[in-house]
Amino acid sequence: MSVRELTIEAKKENLDKVMAFLESRLEELNCTPKAQIQISVAMEEIFVNVASYAYQHLKNIKEGPGMVSIRVEDTEDPRSVAVTFEDSGIPFDPLSRQDPDVSLPAEERGIGGLGIYMVKKSMDHVHYEYKDGKNIMTFRKDL
Amino acid sequence: MLNITKNTNGTELLIGLEGRLDTVTAPSLENELKGSLDGVDSLILDMAELQYISSAGLRVLLSAQKVMNKQGRMVIRNASEDVKEIFDVTGFSDILTIE
Repeated sequence: MSVRELTIEAKKENLDKVMAFLESRLEELNCTPKAQIQISVAMEEIFVNVASYAYQHLKNIKEGPGMVSIRVEDTEDPRSVAVTFEDSGIPFDPLSRQDPDVSLPAEERGIGGLGIYMVKKSMDHVHYEYKDGKNIMTFRKDL
Repeated sequence: MLNITKNTNGTELLIGLEGRLDTVTAPSLENELKGSLDGVDSLILDMAELQYISSAGLRVLLSAQKVMNKQGRMVIRNASEDVKEIFDVTGFSDILTIE
């Protein structure tokens, strides 16, 4: 097992850095392209979620956005990659949102909740808890 | 990184997408489409070189589809299996025309 960790300001402008951090690791692990895209999409959706909502209350304050820690862990037997996000923002469980109705015609489709829905559908395990003043969100993909 | 190429042929607009359609790049496609769809009755999105799409990209495709439903058609071409899988999971396969 190995662990990589990145602590970074939770703002959308940092998405490219976050993705580079993840994808260099996924390449070393020889993930299939399909798993790589699924894990990357999950990473983007959760990071953007944290960047958009966790520190909303600080938006107009000089201190700027708060931090988010992202931990990427992989195991060999069985092979898996797990990603954990920790932030000290407003408690919010993204998994509590109702899934979007993906059977509606285009005209009736909203786009809310689609990102989290993709994470739920493509990962093997997704978990949220609020503990010691932190939002802790984890997802795992079995390889 | 997303490269967008545009080719107009009468009332048909062909847009080629190369790279990633994500939170960072989706606004550039959205802006590109916003100024280009007047008088277009056939919008073709060539995704042969598109490696990645997240919900931010899907959002732009959905609004383009809604516009084109009113004035013609929109077609997705050459999407990779991985991109198609994302369309399947999200039910987008049912609302997009994928060739």
